[in-house]
Amino acid sequence: MKINDALPLEYRTEENSNKIFGFWLFLGAEIVLFSTLFAVYLVLWNRTGSGPTGKDLFEINGVIWETVLLLTSSFTCGLGIHAMRLGLKKPMMIFFGITLLMGLGFLGIEITEFVNYVHEGATLQTSAFLSSLFVLLGTHGLHVTMGFLWGAGILIQIKRQGFTDETTNKSFIFSLYWHFLDVVWIFIFSFVYLKGLM
Amino acid sequence: MKWDEFFVTGEPMIYGAMVSIVLVSIAILVGLTYFKKWGYLWREWLTTVDHKRIGVMYILSALIMLFRGGVDALLMRTQLAVPESGFLDSQHYNEIFTTHGVIMILFMAMPFVIGLMNVVVPLQIGARDVAFPRLNAVSFWLFFAGAMLFNISFVIGGSPDAGWSAYFPLASLEFSPTVGNNFYSLALQISGIGTLMTGVNFIVTILKMRAPGMKLMRMPMFTWSVLITNVIILFAFPVLTVALALMMFDRVFGSQFFTMANGGMDMLWANLFWVWGHPEVYIVILPAFGIFSDIISTFSKKNLYGYKSMVFSMVIISLLSFLVWAHHFYTMGAGAMVNGFFSITTMLIAVPTGVKIFNWLFTLRKGKITFTSPMLYAMAFIPIFTFGGVTGVMLAMASADYQYHNTMFLVAHFHYVLIPGTVFGVLAGLHYWFPKIFGFRLNERRAKTAFWLIVVGFNVAFMPLFFLGLQGMTRRMYTYSADTGFGPLNMIATIGAFVLAIGFVVLCYNFYYSFRHSPRDEHGDPWDARTLEWSIPSPVPVYNFAKVPHVESQDAFWHAKKHNVPLFKEGPYEEIHMPSNSGQPFILGVIMFFAGFFLVFSWFIPALIAGIGVVIMLAVRSFERDHGYHISAKEIAATEQKLRGDSV
Ligand code: HEM
Ligand SMILES: [Cu+2]
Repeated sequence: MKINDALPLEYRTEENSNKIFGFWLFLGAEIVLFSTLFAVYLVLWNRTGSGPTGKDLFEINGVIWETVLLLTSSFTCGLGIHAMRLGLKKPMMIFFGITLLMGLGFLGIEITEFVNYVHEGATLQTSAFLSSLFVLLGTHGLHVTMGFLWGAGILIQIKRQGFTDETTNKSFIFSLYWHFLDVVWIFIFSFVYLKGLM
Repeated sequence: MKWDEFFVTGEPMIYGAMVSIVLVSIAILVGLTYFKKWGYLWREWLTTVDHKRIGVMYILSALIMLFRGGVDALLMRTQLAVPESGFLDSQHYNEIFTTHGVIMILFMAMPFVIGLMNVVVPLQIGARDVAFPRLNAVSFWLFFAGAMLFNISFVIGGSPDAGWSAYFPLASLEFSPTVGNNFYSLALQISGIGTLMTGVNFIVTILKMRAPGMKLMRMPMFTWSVLITNVIILFAFPVLTVALALMMFDRVFGSQFFTMANGGMDMLWANLFWVWGHPEVYIVILPAFGIFSDIISTFSKKNLYGYKSMVFSMVIISLLSFLVWAHHFYTMGAGAMVNGFFSITTMLIAVPTGVKIFNWLFTLRKGKITFTSPMLYAMAFIPIFTFGGVTGVMLAMASADYQYHNTMFLVAHFHYVLIPGTVFGVLAGLHYWFPKIFGFRLNERRAKTAFWLIVVGFNVAFMPLFFLGLQGMTRRMYTYSADTGFGPLNMIATIGAFVLAIGFVVLCYNFYYSFRHSPRDEHGDPWDARTLEWSIPSPVPVYNFAKVPHVESQDAFWHAKKHNVPLFKEGPYEEIHMPSNSGQPFILGVIMFFAGFFLVFSWFIPALIAGIGVVIMLAVRSFERDHGYHISAKEIAATEQKLRGDSV
């Protein structure tokens, strides 16, 4: 195994750097996936049939909270990786823990919002606009959920094994994923909510 | 749900299929138990992470699917042979052309190509393995789960019947009320995810795991074509993922993406489908271009003419492939500007393709050509494919397309590119690399008989369709009356299809014959070939290269042979790290199969449980601590000694 000590732990072995590169490629595919969903949404967003429009539905309060939570969690995730590079196990775990809790908070608000929509008679089945809205938001939400489970698994492994080249590699890749979800959210915020409210 | 809704009933042919599926399954189970092969099967194949074995499993599955798709084709041709034929009813015909198209493209051509690249690419770049061996096994088992899910639709629930492009509203619940198109969306989804992972895996492998000295511009052309193909996969497949998910939502959960009311938009499907679908044809054809390049240069004993322009033209083709999708529906009401744009981009593809054809011809020029079976396929490919390409340019003209859109002319055109391109390509590759995989050559005489039957049969089967199309016989028409005058040409086409089928049978018989009679290969280089995979013994040991090769030029092995420079450094062997086998990819495939199956029938609780199973499998993988194993230097020395008669 080739090991290069000049690099941070998560990059050191050849296998690890391949994994990081592979994950970047995977994110490329994810970008295409979300772009397609956005394209579908933008084609269908004013095809509301007899159902409600975005203006009728969206409430800015919840969305602002979701945005704050997700953006901050991305920040704490970055701090976690920073702590990891410095070899500080406990602070790293705390930052990651906060990240995951905020992710959970985000999901909580999103689910409440979905429930409200459905109570107002806006379901997946109502119109093309709502179908595309639910699928776009739902895909992002599902990613956050998977991210939560994944991050929780990594935390347990770090607690048990400390910083090895495996656990640091996983944490770093997880952080890439989490930042990516944040970026997608910014697009959702602009092209779904702001556009809908205007 | 009643049993007679669950199983497809009322068709003697389908009862026959059910009985034979049950009998074959029982025969396999009994055989495995009787010969005590369960352990062997599990240890050596189902749990393998060796890219060569995974490649073999891909190829084997693809051959089986070729048989299934071929039977569909023969049934269609039998139905069309004479006017007013009552052999198949219209619904059955719809189902068969749908499954034929899907199976041929997604479960035959693509896995065949992926199988060859699994076997060959790591060897061509001097690597010990792919970047992510375990992920590679996952890819295979997801493909396999998808293929099985798609195939059981034939006897359980009913096959999809809206064409391989599944246009809406035809494919909606309203017009296609059986679960057939649920099978379509879920089976393609599961295998598509596997393909996407293959894309990631091979890009990393090729970019990061080449032997020292193998610069990008020294890679064999097949490896280049695979790299570009995988980039296309990476960008095209997520679009399919989304399209299929939306289709499933519409059909299973009642959403309104493609409906006719409530704001839905059926043209959205056509666009999404072809944004993926057109690049998909390049995914199956570019690797074939790579295969032909390697074969033509090997059997002309010359360097490939215009190496750089070959690479460059493939890059251009891959970019253009994303810009032409609307040529599949010129007649569906886009404006003149849009049609004009797509017409031009489509015709532009002919330019880089032409460059490649000239490069192959110039490689042949003044070469010392040997007509082996792989070379014969390559030689047949050039004129036939060119002909298919020219008819493609005819179709690309938007205004003219209004004349032959959706006629047999189109069917003839795409078979004229897909069969010489993809099918001849993978068959050439199979004959060429067969000795590398199994350690003996296919019998040349039988291979050539099969070749001639296939080439002649193919032309007899598809040439008449051009004329039928121009006379106005439409595509997907299950019968026609005698006074259309379509009868005689259709009869000729059907005869051709059967000749073609006999060719495939001879080809398969040749596997058995050669296994029994061919002399075993001793030196690993039966063709006097040029690239690295021929520098190691066949069949290739698990670790591929005992020592890492040092590459100094294009066609590294040829260079080493001609200039008498050593490819491998002197010195003792070192131990090699290997990944261990794992049953998880297989189990994941089984769970995905059931998840898909339950969703097809809208059994949500079981589907949810299977979904949780998938999450658990991911967690198991994450928590597992398995660092593989090492093969000791001594063991390597012994193996190499046995295979090559080396000292050290
Ligand atoms: C082995 C010889 C083959 C024969 C005799 C054959 C014959 C046919 C026939 C009769 C049709 C339906 C025409 C119609 O009624 O519309 C068809 C459709 C099709 N074939 Fe083949 N085919 C063969 C091989 C292949 C291969 C190798 C591929 C792909 C790699 C392929 C891809 C397709 C596709 C995509 C369709 C369109 C299905 C649809 O309309 O949805 N075929 N073929
Ligand atoms: Cu196309």
